[in-house]
Amino acid sequence: MEPILQIQHVSIDFTQYESRKGTSRRCLQVIRDLSLTLYPGQVMAVVGASGSGKSLLAHGILHILPYNSHMRGEILYNGEPLTKERAKRLRGREIVLIPQGVTYLDPLMKVGAQIRKGRRDEASRRMSREALGRYGLSPDTEDLYPFELSGGMARRVLIAAATVEKPRFVIADEPTPGLDTVSAGRILAHLREIADAGAGVLLITHDLELALRIADRVAVFYAGETIEDAAASDFADPSLLRHPFTKALWHAMPGHGFRTIAGAQPYPGTAERGCPFVSSCVDCVDKCREAEEIAPRYVRGGWVRCLRVQQDTTEAGTENGDLGEGMEE
Amino acid sequence: MNGRKGTLIFWGVASLILFCLVVIGLFVEEAATVTDFSRTNLPPSLQYPFGTDWMGRDMFQRTLAGLSLSIRIGLLTAAVSAAVAFVLGLCAATLGSRVDACISWCIDWVMGIPHILLVMLISIACGRGFTGVVVGVALSHWTSLARLVRGEILQLRQAPYMLAAEKLGVSRLKQAGRHVMPHVLPQFITGLVLLFPHAILHEASVTFLGFGLSSEQPAIGVILSESMRYLTTGKWWLALFPGLSLVFVVVLFSLLGDGLRRWLDPASAHR
Amino acid sequence: MRHRLRFFLRKLLRMILLLLGVSAITFALMCASPLDPLQTNVGQVALGSMSQEQVEKLEAYWGVNTPPAERYMGWLSGVARGDFGMSLLYRQPVLTIIGQRLGNSVWVLGFAWLFSGALGLLLGVLAGVYRGRLPDRCIRWYCLLISSTPAFWLALLLLLVFSVWLGWLPIGLSVPVGMETSAVSFLDRVRHAVLPALTLSITGVANIAMHTREKMIDVLESDAILFAKARGESGISIILRHGLRNVALPAITLQFASISEIIGGSVLAEQVFSYPGLGQAAVTAGLGSDLPLLLGITVITAAIVFMGNLAADLLYGVVDPRIRRGRAKS
Repeated sequence: MEPILQIQHVSIDFTQYESRKGTSRRCLQVIRDLSLTLYPGQVMAVVGASGSGKSLLAHGILHILPYNSHMRGEILYNGEPLTKERAKRLRGREIVLIPQGVTYLDPLMKVGAQIRKGRRDEASRRMSREALGRYGLSPDTEDLYPFELSGGMARRVLIAAATVEKPRFVIADEPTPGLDTVSAGRILAHLREIADAGAGVLLITHDLELALRIADRVAVFYAGETIEDAAASDFADPSLLRHPFTKALWHAMPGHGFRTIAGAQPYPGTAERGCPFVSSCVDCVDKCREAEEIAPRYVRGGWVRCLRVQQDTTEAGTENGDLGEGMEE
Repeated sequence: MNGRKGTLIFWGVASLILFCLVVIGLFVEEAATVTDFSRTNLPPSLQYPFGTDWMGRDMFQRTLAGLSLSIRIGLLTAAVSAAVAFVLGLCAATLGSRVDACISWCIDWVMGIPHILLVMLISIACGRGFTGVVVGVALSHWTSLARLVRGEILQLRQAPYMLAAEKLGVSRLKQAGRHVMPHVLPQFITGLVLLFPHAILHEASVTFLGFGLSSEQPAIGVILSESMRYLTTGKWWLALFPGLSLVFVVVLFSLLGDGLRRWLDPASAHR
Repeated sequence: MRHRLRFFLRKLLRMILLLLGVSAITFALMCASPLDPLQTNVGQVALGSMSQEQVEKLEAYWGVNTPPAERYMGWLSGVARGDFGMSLLYRQPVLTIIGQRLGNSVWVLGFAWLFSGALGLLLGVLAGVYRGRLPDRCIRWYCLLISSTPAFWLALLLLLVFSVWLGWLPIGLSVPVGMETSAVSFLDRVRHAVLPALTLSITGVANIAMHTREKMIDVLESDAILFAKARGESGISIILRHGLRNVALPAITLQFASISEIIGGSVLAEQVFSYPGLGQAAVTAGLGSDLPLLLGITVITAAIVFMGNLAADLLYGVVDPRIRRGRAKS
């Protein structure tokens, strides 16, 4: 099957002044050499710590990054480059964003008017009421202002707003924080439904446990890099996982011992060379610190950026090919 | 070169210009009052770039002396204003709700009267003249800065690390020095610099209306007020150049303040 | 409804206290003045040539020897009866003079207020939208220049250009000299009011535009705008539907807060154009130590400023759904 989205070697950096009193500018690389492949009908979770720049990935795909940031690399949508103009044409229609929370709604505009994007015709009204109904919201919701919505309602309104017109690719940016387990489960179930209906869903989250409930594949984000790309089924057993950080993450999950990960995650872009995880890794050797660049290695249908993992010889030749190998449907 | 270095250079140059204006103005103060009836009402020329008035005084020298006086009064009043603002803001934030309510009423009273009327009133109370202007401008411009200081300190006192410091028994003085000052000072200094333009403009306005500096003093307000009588007879240079120079000085001060604010507020550095 | 009423009553009480304070401060300042009203108005020479009796009569008229507290209480009890006293210079009731002068000023003030508000909003929104680009830079420089320009000097320049050079507009006074008030046409009034109104409009724009710009930038950087973009709304639709809507609320506050500034500016502008409005009366009263008139003007002005703020508060409650609906619920 043709992938719906391919992200190839994308980096995003920010221009910032060094310090309060400094006079020199510097570039802060928040996302470094990121590659992902997403197929229709699939939920791909991008899991990483809060504040690690994952949201910028969503904004980068949609070409709505803030003015002081810059994106390099290539994004293909349906096999064709997703240029700024193309993104402008597609966003809100084929490609939609489900943002984090109620602050993404205009505080002074009624929900209905926002969902309809200002259109007042009968067809739009019907569509917006249908969209609300799909997520268990009554038509009265249209007349509410954002401050009158509860946290769970607000998320459902955001999903409804995003899916009024049948999208083919959905980016959900942290759709669950602040919700209780039941509401969060419901939101995730909705995302799964969207994928089952044939759309590709990119779920950006910091919560591995929740992500595993619906995801087909998981990309693990660490200090601005994707360090591992694994099938969700690999998380059934830590020995199937590849990167030491992913394994540590697995052990940190509530059901698996709740073991904390030693050390702090470095800020994105602070590591000059070597593996960003060295300070916390139990398994690292000198070359982990020295390596200029750690290229992805293909292992058991996924890939990993770790020098301590042996690449499968059978798939060695696919380096420039399909990075999401192993997704046979 | 980037924006921040540019700001730094601009700061140096602008401060130097203003400083020179003050010093030069002091030196020409004597010459500015010399009357010479052989050269009355001359339009601008190379010898008298700003022309001369009906008493043959060199308008360029008068303007320089006036600007110098304006800047000095501006500095003095802004400093007094800022000191008043700081003390009252600090009191409102730290001495309990009753003092706070009192000061907030004072602020409301002062803000309820349009600035220029208030300066007029205070100047009358002080018998007009130099004292009147200085006290008037100084006592009418402290309100917004006092509010800022108060708000900033109140917010800080609620900050978790301040509450923690208090629980840990860090002395009041140490708290103030370590945590409060570094936060409030930059904002305070910016507010202070941004007071100058207002102070200078109000000094000139009140003097213009006749409530400020007396007519013997070389003040821009006096010069412009006198020029009114001669405008209809076509002596445009009496009003144009002195006013333009004043605008130039005030713009410099405003830019200094803006630069300082951008410098101290990292969030706006990206703009 | 009861909530509204309580809100209103509280504001009213606050206003009375505020006006009391303002009048007391004004009174105290005037009484503290070392300037002798007799010397200012009658003159040293004339006083010297007067008999003791005449001087005493004058002193009684100007209230020089009455203790300030007693005078203030007298004034207060008069105000309670709706009598603001007699102007010492004009020898007319203070309220009559204020009414007359305010009648002249109100058109100038009202025009400048509305015009500078609308233009300021427009320029502020434009600058915010084009942040960092040419239109923004032009608007920012204009605002910087205008806010650094003394209003009276701007008035002088306008006088130079339009009255002296071009001769289009008259030099001063709200009516032609020597004409009966009834014979003055509406057009004459307008011709005399143009320059003061223009001065106040030009100066009033700067503050409103700069603040609106900041607000617009904040709004455009908000998550809501980001989401609107992500949903494929066009730039114009975003500015018109979301930007203006969110800038409208702070604009209301700004607009009503600018009343005080415009009145302050009118004192200067009216002086330059010798326009017989409230501001000019204030200057005359101040220079002539006419305590009742200056007191009256200050109190009335403060009341207007306060009512402006009150209007902004009330309007806010109607416009902002968070307040309107929040209140309805509680």
